[in-house]
Amino acid sequence: MEVKFDEAALKTANKIISRYPEGKKKSALLPLLHLAQAEFDGWLDVPVMDYIATLLAIKPIEVYEVASFYSMFNLKPVGKCVIEVCHTSSCWLRGAEEIIQHLENKLHIKAGETTADGKFTIKRVECLGSCGTAPMFQVGAQYYENLTTEKVDTIIEDLDKSGKRTTYFDEVSLTAHK
Amino acid sequence: MSTKLLLKNDHVANINKLEVYKQHGGYASAEKAIKTMTSDTLVDEVKKSGLRGRGGAGFPTGMKWSFLAKPAGVPRYLVCNADESEPGTFKDRYLMERHPHLLIEGMICSSFALGANTGFIYIRGEYFYIVPILEKAIEEAKAAGYLGNNILGTDYNLELHVQVGGGAYICGEETALLESLEGKRGNPRMKPPFPAVAGLYGCPTVVNNVETIAAVVPIVAMGGDEYAKIGVGKSTGTKLISASGHINKPGVYEIELGKVSVEEFINSEEYCGGVWKGRKLKAVVAGGSSVPILPTNLILQTADGNPRMMSYESLGEGGFISGTMMGSGGFIVMDETVNIAENLYTFNRFYHHESCGQCSPCREGTGWMEKLTHSIISGHGKPSDIDLLWDLQTKIDGKTICPLGEAAAWPVASAVRHFRADFEKLIH
Repeated sequence: MEVKFDEAALKTANKIISRYPEGKKKSALLPLLHLAQAEFDGWLDVPVMDYIATLLAIKPIEVYEVASFYSMFNLKPVGKCVIEVCHTSSCWLRGAEEIIQHLENKLHIKAGETTADGKFTIKRVECLGSCGTAPMFQVGAQYYENLTTEKVDTIIEDLDKSGKRTTYFDEVSLTAHK
Repeated sequence: MSTKLLLKNDHVANINKLEVYKQHGGYASAEKAIKTMTSDTLVDEVKKSGLRGRGGAGFPTGMKWSFLAKPAGVPRYLVCNADESEPGTFKDRYLMERHPHLLIEGMICSSFALGANTGFIYIRGEYFYIVPILEKAIEEAKAAGYLGNNILGTDYNLELHVQVGGGAYICGEETALLESLEGKRGNPRMKPPFPAVAGLYGCPTVVNNVETIAAVVPIVAMGGDEYAKIGVGKSTGTKLISASGHINKPGVYEIELGKVSVEEFINSEEYCGGVWKGRKLKAVVAGGSSVPILPTNLILQTADGNPRMMSYESLGEGGFISGTMMGSGGFIVMDETVNIAENLYTFNRFYHHESCGQCSPCREGTGWMEKLTHSIISGHGKPSDIDLLWDLQTKIDGKTICPLGEAAAWPVASAVRHFRADFEKLIH
């Protein structure tokens, strides 16, 4: 299957590219990787990265080296909802490990794994800037804060029911993505 | 009551909308700057204000601005560092989410001072939900004539764009940020040249933190001299403190620098509301994960027995032997139940994860420190591991291209220096 943005996504991509000065469109790489991840099942397969390279007229290696550097880009398939739990100091002090434990027990997987039905992935992540509302996790662009195990149960149920893939681009959109 | 400059309208509903922001005096500074001031007079006002970079380094902003090279025919850029990723810090997020126009107005004033016609707000990717808030504010400001071509009928033009990152602490370092903005890995650059000479796309560039840029708005409004009267000594103005950890009221608080003691900040109802669960205070990381952690006696008082105040100088008093730093203002409080070695493990894991890998001392050293601390807290440590940890951090400190090396070394040094007993407790 040929990898290609649909018309709306391509329009967004071009609008992003147009922000930068002549000859500097490589600057659009990170935003386009976010867009691509949202458009193509939540992760960046090699053909997807190659497609982005073509759009920006750069070498594929320039895309791979960037995609593998930043922790928000998934280079392997992930569940429909990636639960990114902060485990750094301020969250750790207020019970992040209990939240992770609870998620692991509830979903019967370890952090770093995806449920057999492909619905959920648990990911341990570093400080998300939500220290004053710890513990917390992020699913797509949404922050879930001041978590308790009861709150986690409700959130997981809601996400399970919706069955939607959550991505950073999903809940909110750049102005260009209308 | 303390002076509020950045959060003075925090209680106002819909202050994120241009109309409401204007009703409360918004965009008066942009008008004043563009219509009545020149680049040079504006830079002078910021110099006079004594404003220091609010991202962590505390470098005088006016001086940074005055270094900007101005070769004819070469574009200059203002880049706002909204990559806030220092553990314990969430004040830029608060400011952007609730007061987007304050940042946009600050960007307008600052860009005008620098003669920049394009500005970027580089925001960490995890803050994706804030992107539409900022873009909406930019759209409103443009529609009202504060952005775009011929701003307020003058010949000044300015376009602002929001750029999302991809999840990398290192991009908060200004040259790594510029690399990332150019679509590359966030590897810090060798300096010189400094960004003021060769920054974004090789053009003269100033990179300033969100809070620093926002502070330009009240400085333009009241003038640099008046701003400098707020605060104490070289700690002028106000600072946003992100308070977290074992306190009753975590949150973002604006303090007048040098006027609030650490003790008051922790215990007063106006701020943290005391240590939670009626427990005793054990330690504080006063300025984000990188700054030295201090035990209760040293954070509340300096070695000379004076009350420690919330200012650059007072927090720094005693150097690294008995003092710490203001840093980003990420204030993490720990109660008596915390073993500091266990908390240190979360920092060591963080810095290992975030090292860009360019310099061997940082790439290898942060991983080694993480492993050692992990071994200690899992009950597999040897007594000699504590000295090995100390030795390791001395081999990283000052031996890397960018300050991530120091940022990783200092928490280790201070934890071993002040809390050796906590390590020993875990070693059988």
